Amino acid sequence: MVSRLREIALTLHSPRRWLGLGVAMLAVLALPALNRFTPAGSALHVADHLVPLGGKFLCYALVAMAMDLVWGFTGVLSLGHAVFFALGGYAMGMYLMRSIGTAGVYRSELPDFMVFLDWKELPWYWHGFQHFGFAAAMVFLVPGLLAYVFGFFAFRSRIRGVYFSIITQALTYALMLLMFRNDTGFGGNNGLTDFKTLLGHPLAEQGTKQALYVVSAIALLLSYLLCRFVVTSKLGRVLLALRDAESRVMFCGYSPFHYKLFVWTLSAMLCGLAGALYVPQVGIINPSELQPSASIEIAIWCAVGGRGTLIGGILGALLVNGWKSWLTAAYPDLWLYFLGVLFVSVTLFLPNGILGALSWRKRSAVLALAEAREAEDKHEPSQPLPRQA
Amino acid sequence: MSTDYMLWVDDVSVSFDGFKALTNLTLALAPGELRCVIGPNGAGKTTMMDVITGKTRPDSGDVYMHGSSVVLTHLSEPEIAEHGIGRKFQRPTVFENLTVFQNLELALKAKKTAFRSLFSRLSSEGRDRIDAALGTIGLRERAEAPAGLLAHGQKQWLEIGMLLVQDPKVLLVDEPVAGMTHREMDRTAELLISLAGERTVVVVEHDMDFVRGIARNGKVTVLHEGRVLAEGTMDAVQNDPKVIEVYLGQEAGEAKRTSLGPSAETTGAPC
Repeated sequence: MVSRLREIALTLHSPRRWLGLGVAMLAVLALPALNRFTPAGSALHVADHLVPLGGKFLCYALVAMAMDLVWGFTGVLSLGHAVFFALGGYAMGMYLMRSIGTAGVYRSELPDFMVFLDWKELPWYWHGFQHFGFAAAMVFLVPGLLAYVFGFFAFRSRIRGVYFSIITQALTYALMLLMFRNDTGFGGNNGLTDFKTLLGHPLAEQGTKQALYVVSAIALLLSYLLCRFVVTSKLGRVLLALRDAESRVMFCGYSPFHYKLFVWTLSAMLCGLAGALYVPQVGIINPSELQPSASIEIAIWCAVGGRGTLIGGILGALLVNGWKSWLTAAYPDLWLYFLGVLFVSVTLFLPNGILGALSWRKRSAVLALAEAREAEDKHEPSQPLPRQA
Repeated sequence: MSTDYMLWVDDVSVSFDGFKALTNLTLALAPGELRCVIGPNGAGKTTMMDVITGKTRPDSGDVYMHGSSVVLTHLSEPEIAEHGIGRKFQRPTVFENLTVFQNLELALKAKKTAFRSLFSRLSSEGRDRIDAALGTIGLRERAEAPAGLLAHGQKQWLEIGMLLVQDPKVLLVDEPVAGMTHREMDRTAELLISLAGERTVVVVEHDMDFVRGIARNGKVTVLHEGRVLAEGTMDAVQNDPKVIEVYLGQEAGEAKRTSLGPSAETTGAPC
């Protein structure tokens, strides 16, 4: 058993990269640790507001990694991944609304917005969300089910490329319009907010925020290892093959339908998890998360970091959101221009993203070697011909 | 029709927007046969392969595999591949971002469901078969190189290697020697001849010398405008007046075009 685990661990990463992963994880966890264990005046102290901000970034990183799984590895560009993120967020939001109990403004058992709309009883789909376990299951099941059904029809009809992207963009727009309506029962354009506690812990307390950050970091790490398991398996190689030459894959006897559906649904469930961790840290979920631009931004994170690497998505999400936080505070009007310029320049100058540029030197060395070898082959007067075994 | 066939294309017709690509095409292949299919451009050779492999659905007619128990035209592409039909494309199609070894691993005959792939590990027997194929196609030293870095001819060979480990009953080979050097062509001919016997091999080719080399005393089918124009040994079809007319007619047309100069007609040049 131990040796099998060791074997799996070594397929995922070399010992050196495991060490790197450990160091990266410690660096991520340093943020809440410095917030908690250093005095407020110290030079090492991290300000309180940075903890939920960092936690939010970790959730974005998880989404970007899930996006990379379908876009970078399988070549399926989704421009509607925010849908799954928001659905996970709404599922968690519903639990948080229910756990407010009668502590809301109207002192009612019903969530405030329902009282405001003069509703007398809870809609059927709000039942069960008072239980954390039920809500946690829904965080995965609702995005997973929607992705499965959507993917079932889209992939069965062999919708690919830009057509697929457009449909996913329409999906997020449609869901946004639906969620904007008050009578849908999810709080309309205000969404779900004014949360008080999570599993009995007050969300306003710094300790809860630190814990949420740590949970987000662990979720990101475990999801990363899961994704890594997928992409290093034979299934992962089939995904790459699908991206590069789909018809060849079919004539090899693989059904692209099942492969795409699997990875698409998995990706959606990871987004659901990210959304669920995001909502208690930002304190609100509303239809603005479903704006078409939100999904496009996810794609930009991936493109900036580098596709087909998993780590690239994480890196891109952290960098772009870091810039966004700083720029929207310093020059609020410039952010969208900046994002546009960033996307265009990454597409033009760094087609493989930052990670691609970093490994470019290594790769060009490999290419040079291959070219040298080929030239050598050509100069050889009697090229050894393949012989049958 | 006797039941002693490996693949039977029965009365298949295909049309695209009114253009009849195949008209009542019937073709029966015996087990272990090496069949060459020739014909001018637009004769329907590639469409025939598309129908057999499930890429194109025929308007009428069916394709059966040994003993009419399997109707290929009712299956999807992966299912047809599962039933033992392998196809080599005209342009070499390999997975450029995977290594040569990984290309062969994906093609290796195995259960190919997503679930199996997620947890599968390469057996030592599978490794041996890949290694044998690497030897056959002469790419053992390049096993760990990304397939995208291979030379054109090597990619053609890799694709043939992928078909070998897929272990098909019927091998469809579309213009295998396009872009190959003479020496590579000779090796390819040798390989295709050695493959026939244990499997049925269908070779679509433009290069007449190559076809003469591999057809030997076997059957050659000439397609023209979506129909079988003639069928028989290479010598027989070459002396068939209908074949002469089609080919000579084309050659005469080409001669005329040459005499008129390249500017007179630039479209539709045969490749």
